[in-house]
This record gives sequence, structure tokens and C-alpha cells, in this order.
Amino acid sequence: MPMDLKNATFRGYRRDNGRVGVRNHVIVLPVDDISNAAAEGVARNVMGTMALPHPYGRLQFGADLDLHFRTLIGTGANPNVAAVVVIGIEPAWTQKIVDGIASTGKPVAGFSIEHNGDTATVMAAARKAKEFVHYATGLHRVEAPLKDLWVSTKCGESDTTSGCGANPTVGNAFDKLHPQGVTLCFGETTEITGGEHLVAARCKTPELRERFMFMFNRYQEIINRHKTSDLSDSQPTKGNIAGGLTTIEEKALGNIQKIGRKCTVDGVIDKAEMPTHSGLWFMDSSSAAAEMVTLCAASGFVVHFFPTGQGNVIGNPILPVIKLGANPKTVRTMAEHIDVDVSGLLRRELTMDQAGDKLLECMFATANGRWTAAEVLGHREFVLTRLYESA
Amino acid sequence: MTIHFVVHEDGDSVGTVVVENVKAGATLTGWVMEQDKTVSVKVLNDIPIGHKVALKDLKNGDTVIKYGVDIGRTIAPIKQGEYLHVHNVKTKRW
Repeated sequence: MPMDLKNATFRGYRRDNGRVGVRNHVIVLPVDDISNAAAEGVARNVMGTMALPHPYGRLQFGADLDLHFRTLIGTGANPNVAAVVVIGIEPAWTQKIVDGIASTGKPVAGFSIEHNGDTATVMAAARKAKEFVHYATGLHRVEAPLKDLWVSTKCGESDTTSGCGANPTVGNAFDKLHPQGVTLCFGETTEITGGEHLVAARCKTPELRERFMFMFNRYQEIINRHKTSDLSDSQPTKGNIAGGLTTIEEKALGNIQKIGRKCTVDGVIDKAEMPTHSGLWFMDSSSAAAEMVTLCAASGFVVHFFPTGQGNVIGNPILPVIKLGANPKTVRTMAEHIDVDVSGLLRRELTMDQAGDKLLECMFATANGRWTAAEVLGHREFVLTRLYESA
Repeated sequence: MTIHFVVHEDGDSVGTVVVENVKAGATLTGWVMEQDKTVSVKVLNDIPIGHKVALKDLKNGDTVIKYGVDIGRTIAPIKQGEYLHVHNVKTKRW
């Protein structure tokens, strides 16, 4: 029996800005690489908190610095996060991130290390973090309409079964979510190469088409500027090639199966920008799994569909990553990583419509609180995208 | 009926093997997904799961079609039933 998505609801955490999260994390967010130790010190001392260490945040400038701030602020602002402790080496950039997150209305506090040292910083930040954990654990899930769920997608370690099984399953689910006013996102700009005309044709207006092609061509210029070969050693990846994918065009055509057959592209955003209305958004983004999923989290998405062929094991600290696979060998050899097995598609035991519903069932379970394989296995890849060298 | 390979749509030059242990000489059954019909091909090489079989003879420099779209060019002649991958097909981009 087909799902009644029209009246579907999930139970999540409604934040002060109206957005609904499906997790309730208290995070300790370092502004920069040298604040990781203090952030991890807080997380070690205060149960129910999670540090998000990363290697950047010093001497960045221009668009690269803007992206750094946008990603960290967006991560803290994500509705899967209840409250945030920010720790930086100095107070100015720390405050900038605190202010950005505070605009959502959620509890956030900043601490800086210079002239305090790690020990005093950890002590002060831990006191605040403890308050935040009491606050977060006092919150309750409430019923919310399906349209309040924001769902992103990106595939990884793709093979040829991705294009005929797992990716069209996401496409089927997207085609069902799109008419319900759900906010959806895809990206992976280089992995559209060879199918860009198909995505351009799906753009809802000529202006969006122009913006999409601008971002597509901008990324092609980066490849052309830096390439030393036809990229056959990195795009498709060694794993893609081992899985049977031969060219970037073939990989791209499989990739774009994720946007289904009916969805229009209703918006185009740059990396870690936030959608401003419902519908399907293209985000200019890296095709590397952890970078792209980190950007989706920073853009405010709360559940992620991750189809894999050869078996990418990625997760994210705050964004539950649902893994689905159609390769019978992968779902057998890496079963612990796969949330939704759609290998029946290739044996004609499962129709695409049934596969899409199976994914949606897992989406609702995840939104209501069930942990994904990546969450249970401790995958918390938090990887910031860099645009160029530091100053 | 066991499906050994899938084809996205009629007119594609290739099928994707979806079962393990396909050996040279085997006659395989393929499912054309878009048109929902079956076809068959005799394979000339061992082909791993997920890898492609040519469904028609291709000349050197021909365009390879999958999903009804150009996925690259051949760099060697390829016979129907032959294993088709990075050794005989290259990207047209980059």
C-alpha cells in the first residue's frame, strides 16, 4: 500500500526559529585548529556533549574565510543542534560565530583561550556546557508535518549499480517528497560533468539555469586550471573504476538519477548557504563525501540520503546519514554499514516504487530518533571545504 | 528468470553485469529497464559484477551510449559481448 505522505508527520525538536531538528546535540565547536584540544577537553568532561575538531580557521581570507564562517555558523545553527559552546584562540572571530548562531535563538556561548590558557578555558566552557546539557535533555520531541523535514543527498564510492539501483531509489523518494513541500538538496558539481544539460533542463526558470551553469562552469575552470591529466586517477575514483564505472560522464549520469524524474530544480545556492524556500536546491559543492555532507549540515539539512555502490562508510557528527545500496556483494560484505538494502531491484524482486517507499520508511524512523548505521558505528566526519591557500 | 545484466534503455551500447562470476562464453539474460523487456548476449570475456558488456560492435573512436546519453569514446574496436571498461573507453571531457 502506498504511503500517505500528504498527512505524514514526524516527531522532532522544534527550535525557536521554527525549524525542526531530528537530533538534539550539544556541540563544542572550535573556531580554529589550535582550539581543538580545549573543545575536546570540554567534551571529555561533560557527558552529552560532542566536540567537532577540524584542521582550519587560521589566516584564511576572502571568500575562503567567508565559507569557513558560514560553515561553522551553519553547523551550530542546524536544528539538529540544541545548544553550542564555541571555543577560539582569540575573542573576535569566536564572537562572530557566536553571534551568527545566536540569531537562531538557541543557547550559545563563546570562550577564547588567549590570556586564559586551555585549563581555565575548559573549566569555564565546561560549566556552560553542563547547563546546556540540562537544557537540551529537558526538551521533548513534538509532532511536525513532513514539510518541516529538510533532506539532502550525495552518493559515494559509486559503481554502476548506483546508477541503476540506489540512486534512482533516492530519485523515487525525492519525486514523492517534492510535491509535499519538503526542502531537498543535491550537489557534487564535478560529478554532473556529462549530464549538465539534463540538470539545466530541470531548472525551473531561465535565471536558475543561468546560475546553475555559472557554478558548473566555475568548477570546470578549477579542474582545467589544476589538472595534469584527464583525471582518470581521481575522477572516477579507484573505487568507482573497481566498481565498473569507466568515465566521469557515466558516473555523472548515475549521480543525477538522485533527483528523480519529476522534481524541478527550484533553487541554486553556493556552498553552505541556506535555502530560502521549499523545493529542490542545487548546491555548488565538492564531490568528496565528507566535504559535501558537512556542507549539507551547514545549510540546515537534518536527514541525509547516501546511496553507495562499493561501500562508502561516511557519517557526520550532527546530520544522520542513511546509507542505501543495490550492489548485492556490498550489502553482503558490508552489511553493518547499510541501512536500506535495495539489491532486490537488480533481481527484479523489488520495484523502484517499493524501493523508494523502503527508503522513506527508514527516513521516518531516523527522523523519529532511530540511529543510522553511521551513527551507531561512530562515523563523525566533519570536513570543511577550503577554496585556496591561507594568507 | 535470473537477470544477469541490466540495460538502462533501448539503444544503449552497454549492459551492466549484476551477478557475480560471469565467465567467458556464457549466454546472459539482460533486462532493459526503461522498456521492461529482456535481451540476451554471449559474453567473450570474464566480467566482474558491476562491469559492462558491449551490446553491439563498436569501431575505434565510436561514442558509447548509456542512459541514452554519451558516456565517452572507444579507443579500440570492441565486439558485441566484449568486456568494456577503462582499457578500451575514455572520457571526452577534461
